Amino acid sequence: MVQGFVQIAIFCALVVAVVPFLGSYMARVFSGDRTFLDPVVGPLERGTYRLLRIDPTRGQDWKAYARGVIFFSLAGWLLLFLILRTQTLHPWNPSDFHSGTWDLSFNTTSSFVTNTNWQYYAGETTLSYFSQMAGLAVQNFVSAATGIAVAIALIRGIIARRSTNPVLGNFWQDLIRACFYVLLPISIIGAIVLMSQGVIQTLGGPIADIARGPVASQEVIKELGTNGGGIFNTNSAYPFENPTGLSNLFEMFLILCIPASLTYTYGRMVGSRRQGWALFAAMSVLFIVSVVVVYIAEQHGTPAQHAAGVHTGILDGSTGGNLEGKEQRFGIANSALWTAVTTVTSCGAVNAAFDSLTGIGGMIPFVDLGYGESVFGGVGTGLYTMLLYVLLAVFIGGLMVGRTPEFLGKKVEAREIKLVSLGVLVTPLAVLLATFLATATKYGKPSIFASGPQGFSEQLYAYMSQANNNGSAFAGYTGYYQPTPGNIGAHGITFADLLGGVTMLGARFLPIVLVLAVAGGLATKRVAPAGLGTLRTDTPTFVGLLGGTVVLIGALTFFPAILLGPVVQGLTDRLF
Amino acid sequence: MKLTKELGTAAIAILVLTVILGLAYPLVMTGIGQVAFPNKANGSQIKVDGKVVGSKLLAQAFVIDTGKKDADGNAITRPDPKYFQPRPSQTDYSATSSTFSNRGPNSAVGRFFFRDALASYLDLERKYDPSLTAAKVPVDAVTTSASGVDPHISKANARIQAHRIAAVRGLPMDRVDKLIDQHTDGRFAGVLGEPGVNVLELNLALDKEAPAR
Repeated sequence: MVQGFVQIAIFCALVVAVVPFLGSYMARVFSGDRTFLDPVVGPLERGTYRLLRIDPTRGQDWKAYARGVIFFSLAGWLLLFLILRTQTLHPWNPSDFHSGTWDLSFNTTSSFVTNTNWQYYAGETTLSYFSQMAGLAVQNFVSAATGIAVAIALIRGIIARRSTNPVLGNFWQDLIRACFYVLLPISIIGAIVLMSQGVIQTLGGPIADIARGPVASQEVIKELGTNGGGIFNTNSAYPFENPTGLSNLFEMFLILCIPASLTYTYGRMVGSRRQGWALFAAMSVLFIVSVVVVYIAEQHGTPAQHAAGVHTGILDGSTGGNLEGKEQRFGIANSALWTAVTTVTSCGAVNAAFDSLTGIGGMIPFVDLGYGESVFGGVGTGLYTMLLYVLLAVFIGGLMVGRTPEFLGKKVEAREIKLVSLGVLVTPLAVLLATFLATATKYGKPSIFASGPQGFSEQLYAYMSQANNNGSAFAGYTGYYQPTPGNIGAHGITFADLLGGVTMLGARFLPIVLVLAVAGGLATKRVAPAGLGTLRTDTPTFVGLLGGTVVLIGALTFFPAILLGPVVQGLTDRLF
Repeated sequence: MKLTKELGTAAIAILVLTVILGLAYPLVMTGIGQVAFPNKANGSQIKVDGKVVGSKLLAQAFVIDTGKKDADGNAITRPDPKYFQPRPSQTDYSATSSTFSNRGPNSAVGRFFFRDALASYLDLERKYDPSLTAAKVPVDAVTTSASGVDPHISKANARIQAHRIAAVRGLPMDRVDKLIDQHTDGRFAGVLGEPGVNVLELNLALDKEAPAR
């Protein structure tokens, strides 16, 4: 296991090392400063503004900014739905795939527009290359950019000096700059790195019964934008998506680099790097606990394996452990690390089968989702969710010492706390309501694959994952039956498709509007100098308070539900 | 009026971004891949006599048709003893349609699967290595991979199978062990990932070294 922990340590060191560089670069990009990419990207950026006929320097108030987000997502939704429904007309459809059912398209469209990438479909047997490139991959970019934009708008609201001018920035500018200055350059370099490792990139059709596709260009943005929807059904476990130990490390790094670096961006923009590092510290502690627990759990086998007489210990030349649903080249350590990385962020790409994890190992994805995207979280979504928790922690801290809570010199008052509470609770409510609807009625049943507690786990996880815009799955859970490749004769499970789609949309856009409302409110507040009694938000004490708040809310909300699924299995050797 | 304009901006924005990010970017990357990494970008194909026989990244079955059929009309096969055997596959090593096994930790059905996998592994290998017991069988040999086409097996697994290969092909053990070492993909830079023996490459090398009788 030492070797495994060394690999985990190397990964963490890499992430910590990149945070200041990428973080300050993003701060420059979103403060409108010059960057080294200006000579190349500048003309493209300005040309795009001309096509959009917008003045990027014109600021927006929170309502205009929110309208930008909603209208842009709506336009993206309609275009993607149209693309998915017209597959027979597509170029680059070598296997002649037809469109799926309308309810599947509804689910998939909602999934990609919300940065979820929940997949009821199997990529390599249902989608044309055109759907993948011009449909799904575009949303991989822009849904990530939208998340970043909202986070930046919240930061601008926090730092604004009392002002009635619209100061949240311009959504279109933030969107375009996030795409062209951050996501696209890293994607181009990343795709080349992945191709050098053996990730495929071709428009040619299947050869010798081997499905192919333009994978590298999509794989890289799928990780970088914390999207997670793979071209292949088994996602980043499939060798064409993730062929080597290096590609695996690189892909995990891509997942975490922007969410981690945004904490630094935040610190830079509010004028105190300590503020950023405090968030990073709180996130890191919860993340590392997850990694260690899932690694140790997976190093043990499962009750089913033991009952069959399988030896799951370490042997000379074998890692041992629960290798069911895991790849030999990743072993236990890298599968465990990836599992934690992909669930604390809202990525959802997987390199091992969650449904085959041990009971306690499988509990970790639930716990990570229970943090509600606040531990690194999705690109942008992680930072703005964590900032909601910061406001909440400030409020709780203020109650403890009996003072009006303030945050970075601004009073946190009833309006903020109402909005923050709603923002923090929308997602858990969506999870529990959707799971309740699926479990208490007969309509959830056709989707469930496993028997016993695992079946409940699958269902709970499906809605937890969709509501948190994560997209990973206990993949026995299904919303789509596809008798043969190509979608002909397939039928969707309408209930699962629609409920999932609505859950994703609600749990993505309601919090965004609430966050922007908080930003708008904070922007108008007077800044008072910090006094002696002010609760400082950059100390280890506050990091503890913040982490505690996240854990407490997650535990209060989800503990009973998680007990019924993975914990039961972790505690018993009984087979179901 | 203002709303109409904003909706128009949104529509133009998604169209412009689709052209740049959804067409220009992947097509340029495809061009770069085809020029800079023609073999890898097309799937690391392995050719024998000019014909594509597979990909070095994807496992494939090495089996003999028994001539019998199961209840669904599919041919029943058994492992070809002349070749190293890859890990069990949920998808019968399909390279066109991948899926997870979703075999849960406390699955009663899973127990039977593991029991059968272990029994058939022991059944095949014990003939050539009588000292083999269940406790010596590494876990990768009796569990399905995530992708269904995991190209690697663990070294421990390969060393057990080496007894059979040496006997069937009439090769000295140390020669087989050497071939295993040659076709082991180590950790990247000695640190990242886990070592694995590439089954397809190893089997092709075996055929070159000692054509099966």
